[in-house]
Amino acid sequence: MSALIGNSELIGGKFPVLTAIILVPFIGAIAVAVMTKRRPEFVKLTAILSSVFTGALTVWLLASFKTGTADFQFSSKHEWINAWGISWHLGVDGISIFLVVLTGILFPLAIVGVDPHHDEKPYLAWLLLLEAGVMGSFLSLDLFLFFVFFEIVLVPMYFLIGGWGYDKRVYAATKFFLYTMFGSAFMLVGIIATVFIAKGNIGHITFDLVELAEKGGFAASTGRWLFFAFAIAFAVKVPLFPLHTWLPDAHTQSPTAGSVVLAGVMLKLGTYGFLRFGIYLFPQAARNTRAIFLTLAVIGILYGAIAATMQKDLKRLVAYSSVAHLGFIVLGTFAFTSQAMTGSVLQMINHGVSTGALFLLVGMIYERRHTREIAALKGLQKVAPVFAGVFTLVMLSSIGVPGLNGFVGEFLILIGSFLTARWWTVVAASGVILAALYLLWAYQRVFHGEPDEDNKTFTELRWKEAMVLLPFIAAIVFTGIYPKPMIDRIEPSIKALIAHGGYQDAGSGVIGSVNEEEQP
Amino acid sequence: MLDAVWLIPALPLAGFLIILVLGRKLGEPKSGYLATLMTAGAFVVTVAVFIDLMSKSSEERHHLKTLFSWIPVGSLHVDVAFLVDPLSITMALFITGIGSLIYLYSIGYMHGDPKFSKFFLYLNLFVFSMLMLVLGSNLLVTFLGWEGVGTCSYLLISFWHTKDANASAGKKAFVTNRVGDFGFMIAMFVAFQFIGSLDYSSINHAAEAKTVTGTVATVIVLMLFVGACGKSAQLPLYIWLPDAMAGPTPVSALIHAATMVTSGVFLMTRISPLIGYATPWVSTLIAIVGVATALFAATIAVAQNDIKKVLAYSTVSQLGYMFLAIGSHAYVAAIFHMITHAFFKALLFLGSGSVIHGMHDEQDMRYMGALRKMMPITAATFIVGWLAIAGVPPFAGFWSKDEILLYAFDKSPILWALGLVTALLTAYYMTRQVIMVFYGKARWNDERPHAADASATEHHDIHPHESPWTMYTPLIVLAGLAIVGGGLNLPFNHTTERLSSWLAPVVEVGERSLQHGTEDIKWVLAGVATLGALVGVFVAYLVYSKQRLKAIEPTTLANGWYYDKGISDFMGGPGRDGFEGVAWFDANVIDGAVNGTGKGVQAIAGVIRKGQSGLVRTYAALIGVGVVLLLAWFFIRGVAQ
Repeated sequence: MSALIGNSELIGGKFPVLTAIILVPFIGAIAVAVMTKRRPEFVKLTAILSSVFTGALTVWLLASFKTGTADFQFSSKHEWINAWGISWHLGVDGISIFLVVLTGILFPLAIVGVDPHHDEKPYLAWLLLLEAGVMGSFLSLDLFLFFVFFEIVLVPMYFLIGGWGYDKRVYAATKFFLYTMFGSAFMLVGIIATVFIAKGNIGHITFDLVELAEKGGFAASTGRWLFFAFAIAFAVKVPLFPLHTWLPDAHTQSPTAGSVVLAGVMLKLGTYGFLRFGIYLFPQAARNTRAIFLTLAVIGILYGAIAATMQKDLKRLVAYSSVAHLGFIVLGTFAFTSQAMTGSVLQMINHGVSTGALFLLVGMIYERRHTREIAALKGLQKVAPVFAGVFTLVMLSSIGVPGLNGFVGEFLILIGSFLTARWWTVVAASGVILAALYLLWAYQRVFHGEPDEDNKTFTELRWKEAMVLLPFIAAIVFTGIYPKPMIDRIEPSIKALIAHGGYQDAGSGVIGSVNEEEQP
Repeated sequence: MLDAVWLIPALPLAGFLIILVLGRKLGEPKSGYLATLMTAGAFVVTVAVFIDLMSKSSEERHHLKTLFSWIPVGSLHVDVAFLVDPLSITMALFITGIGSLIYLYSIGYMHGDPKFSKFFLYLNLFVFSMLMLVLGSNLLVTFLGWEGVGTCSYLLISFWHTKDANASAGKKAFVTNRVGDFGFMIAMFVAFQFIGSLDYSSINHAAEAKTVTGTVATVIVLMLFVGACGKSAQLPLYIWLPDAMAGPTPVSALIHAATMVTSGVFLMTRISPLIGYATPWVSTLIAIVGVATALFAATIAVAQNDIKKVLAYSTVSQLGYMFLAIGSHAYVAAIFHMITHAFFKALLFLGSGSVIHGMHDEQDMRYMGALRKMMPITAATFIVGWLAIAGVPPFAGFWSKDEILLYAFDKSPILWALGLVTALLTAYYMTRQVIMVFYGKARWNDERPHAADASATEHHDIHPHESPWTMYTPLIVLAGLAIVGGGLNLPFNHTTERLSSWLAPVVEVGERSLQHGTEDIKWVLAGVATLGALVGVFVAYLVYSKQRLKAIEPTTLANGWYYDKGISDFMGGPGRDGFEGVAWFDANVIDGAVNGTGKGVQAIAGVIRKGQSGLVRTYAALIGVGVVLLLAWFFIRGVAQ
C-alpha cells in the first residue's frame, strides 16, 4: 500500500481529498454489499452517510477551490505501474470542479429521494459504486485511470437498469451496455495508440494526461485518427446524433435514481471527455474537424426537440430533450471561444440540475399514477397546484427563460458560438422555439384541463419530496440570477485550454468600438 | 434620488415574494391590497425619480445605476444595471400608474376566485418584469424582462387552466413570442460581435459615431424588429393576441393592451439612432408592416361579436399605428400614442370587464344592449374611451393619432391614406360596439343560437348591475386621463409640445423633422382626419342604431381573413405530420439500424458459435468481473512496486 498511502501527503498533513472523494463511496459500496440483509435500516444509513460525506467533501473542495487560476488543484500523483508510466493522478480544475460537486450532491438526493421498492441492498451498493466511478472519471488525469473509471461506470448502471427498471429493462440495459462498450473499444485503441505514438516525442511511455498533452506533439495526420477514436466514445456517451437511440430507452426503463444520475452527470462524461481529453490532447485535430461536430450538434438540437414533441411517454420526452440540450453543449465546445466554452461547462451543470429535477418529478408522477403516458394524465394542476408550480419552474428553466439557470448557459453558448460558427448558431438558436413548444404542450396535456376520475386523487407534493427538490430549485434560481461565482471559477481553465490549443479566442476582446475608433 | 431607481422594480418583486410565501395565509382581499400597495409604492418612487430628473438640465438627464455584474465572460460584460432617462421613466410612470389602477380594479373583479392570491402573485411578477424591461441599460436586462413578461402572460392567459381553450391560448402566446425572441437573440449576437457590447449607450453611440457599418445596423434593427413583431403583435406574428383574451379581463387591460404589447415600440425607440443609421428601406419596411397591420386588424374588428375580441383586434390595429410612427421616424408620436392608448384602451378593457362582470360572464355583444341604464358609470366612461379611440377632438386619441398621421404623410401620402382609412374603420367598429352594448334593445335573455358551448345556452334571467367601487374608481380616473391625455403634447407651439422636449435627449438623433410643406398643411390634415372619424361614427350610427344600412359583416372578416386558421391548419396538418415523420424516422430508421446491427451480429454469432449462451446479461457480468479482476491485478502490481 506504500504507493498509495505512504506518501508525503498524509505525512505532511495534507489530506488527499480527491482520493477520499473516490474512496468513500467505494468503501460505502463494499460495506453495503457485505452487510447483513436483516437490518435494512443500517444498510440504508450506511449508504446515506457515505454519500452525504462524499457530498460534504465536494462542498469543502469547492469552498477551498482557488479562483483565478487554471491549474489543477488538490492534485495528487502516485506512481502505480511504473513500467508502463501509469499513475494514480488526480486533479480538479475549473472544468471539472462543478461536475464533481454536482455528482456529490446529486447522489445523496437520489438515494434519499427515490425508493427502489425491492432489493434495496444491492441497489444501494450499485449506486455507490456508480458514484465512485463517476467521481473517478471526473478526477482522473491519467488516461489509463480514466478509462478504468469510465468503464466501471457501465457496470453498476447496467445492473441498476436491468434490476430495478421497468418492463423493457433488459433490452434497454443491454443496448446501453453494448452501445457504450462499442464506443469504449475505440477509445481503448485510441489511448494505447496515443501513448505509443507519443513515446517518440516524450522518450518514454506515459499515460499521464498533462504530460501527453504538453509534450505529445502529435502530427496533424495522426492526431486526427487518434482524436476520432476518442470522439466516438464520447459521442456515444453525450449522445450525439445519430448515436443517441440508446438514451431514450435507457432513460425510460431506468429507475428514477438511475435517470437522475444518467442525465445529471453520466452524459457529461461525454461532453467533459471532449474538453478534457479530445481537445486538450489533439487541439489541431479538433479544430480541423469541428465542422462535423458542429453540424451533428445542431442536427441534434433540432432533431431531439422535434422528436421530443411527438413522444407519448413523459420520460421519453425528457430524454429526447436531453439530446437537444446536449447538442447546445457540444456546439459551444467546438466554438473555441471563451464565452461558448464557459457556457458549455456551465450548461453541463445546469442541464444536470434541471433535467435531474425533471426526472425526479416524472418519477413522482409515476409513483402516484403508475403510468408515464401523457394521454393518461390530465388536469394535475387543479388537484396538486404546488407540485404543478414546481414543475413549471423547472420546465421554465429547461426552456431557458432568463433569470433561471438554463438561460445563462444557453445564452453564453450561443453568443460565443456566433463569433466563430455563425450559421450553425443561427440554426441552433431556433431550437429555443422548439423547446418552448414541446415542454409547454406536454405541460398543457398533463397539468391543464379538468382532471378525470383517475387523476382526481393525485396527491399534492409531500414534505419529503419538497425537501429533495429544494436544492434543485435553489440552484436553478441562484445560477440564473448570479452566475458570476461559477463563471469566475470556470473561465480561467477554459481560457487556458483555448490558449493551449493555439486557438484565436474571438471572444476575448479584440473587437469593439473602442478599437475601431482608433482607426482613422 | 436617481440612485433609488432599483426600488421601482424591487417593490413589486417584494410583493411577489411575500405573496409566494404567505399568499394562502393572506388570502382575499389582503393579498390584493398588498400587491396594489407595492405597485403604488413603485409609482411613488417613480414620481420621485421623475421629479429629480426634471430638475436637471436636459443634457444631464441620463443616469446609470449598476447593481451587480451578471454575465461576465471574456470581453462580454453584462451588468444588471438601470438606465434612468426620460424614456425609461416615462414608461415606468405609466406602467406603475396604470398598473396600480388595474390592481385596484382586480380586487373587485377577481372577488370570490379560489386562486385570488395567485392572480396577484403573477401580476406582481409581471410588473417587476415589465419594469426590468424598460429600465434595463442593456439588451440583455431588457431581454430578461421581455421573456419575463412573456412568461407571466403565459401564466395569466391560462389562469383558468381547466378550460382547454385558455390553456391553448397561453401556450400559443408563449411559442409565438419565442419566434420573435429568436430575432431578439440574433440581434444581441450581432451587436456583441460587431459592436462588442450589449449596452444601449454603446450601441447607439456606435451608430452616431459611425464606428460600425450600415449593414450591421440594418441587421440588428431588423432582428430586433422581428422580436418587436412578436411581442407587439404585428403581422405576421399577431395571431396570439386575440386568443390571449382568454385571460381574466384585467390581464387583457394591463398586459395585452397598456403595457407588455407596447414593449416592441419601446425597444424600437430605445435604439432609434441605430434605425436612423440603418439602410432606409428598413424604416420603410417597419412603416409598411405597421400600417398593414393597422388596416388588416381594423377590418377584422368590424365583424367581431365578442366584446373583448373587438378590443383585441383594435389593440393590434393601434399598435400598428405606433409602428407606422416608428417607421416614419416619429418616435415621440409613437410614445405619445402609446401613452394615450394605454389610457383609453385600459379604460375600454376594464369597461368591458365591468360589462362582463355585470352580465354574469356573457361576452357576446349580440346579447347585450341598453346597458347604459343599468350601468351608468361604466357606460359613461366607456363612451369617453370610445370618443378617445375614435379620434374625436379634443379627446386624447385625436392628438396622438393625428401626430402619427402627420409624420406618415411626410414620409409618404400613401401611408397616410391607409392610416386614414384605418381611422375611419376604427371610428366605425367602436361606434358599433358602443351601440350594441349600451344602446338599442335589451337582448340579454334572447335565445342564443350562436352560443358555442352548452352551458351558455342555459336560459337564465340576467340582471345586469353596476360594479363595485374598486372597479369603477379606476374607470373614472382613466376616463379623466383619456379626456386630458392629449395635453401631454399639443401641437400648437414648442411649450405645449411637452413630451417632445422631454423625450428630446433620447430621440433627437433619429427624430424626423417635418418638411415645410407638411408643416403648413398640418391643420388641414387634422381636419380631414376628424372628418374621417365622424364619417365612421355616422355610418355606424346609420347601420346599427337606425338600421338604415345593412351591416357588412362577412364571415371572411369574422374569421380574420382565415389567416389564423390557415396557420393552425398547417401546424395541425403538414407541420404535425412532419414532426411525426421525424419521430418515426428515429424509431424505425436510426434505431432500426442499431437493432438491426445487433440482430445481425447475434445471428452470425449464433451460426458460428452454437456453444455460446447468447445471453448478453452473462456477457455483461463477465465483462464486469473482468474489469474488477484487471483492476485488482494492476492494483496489486502497483502495491508491489
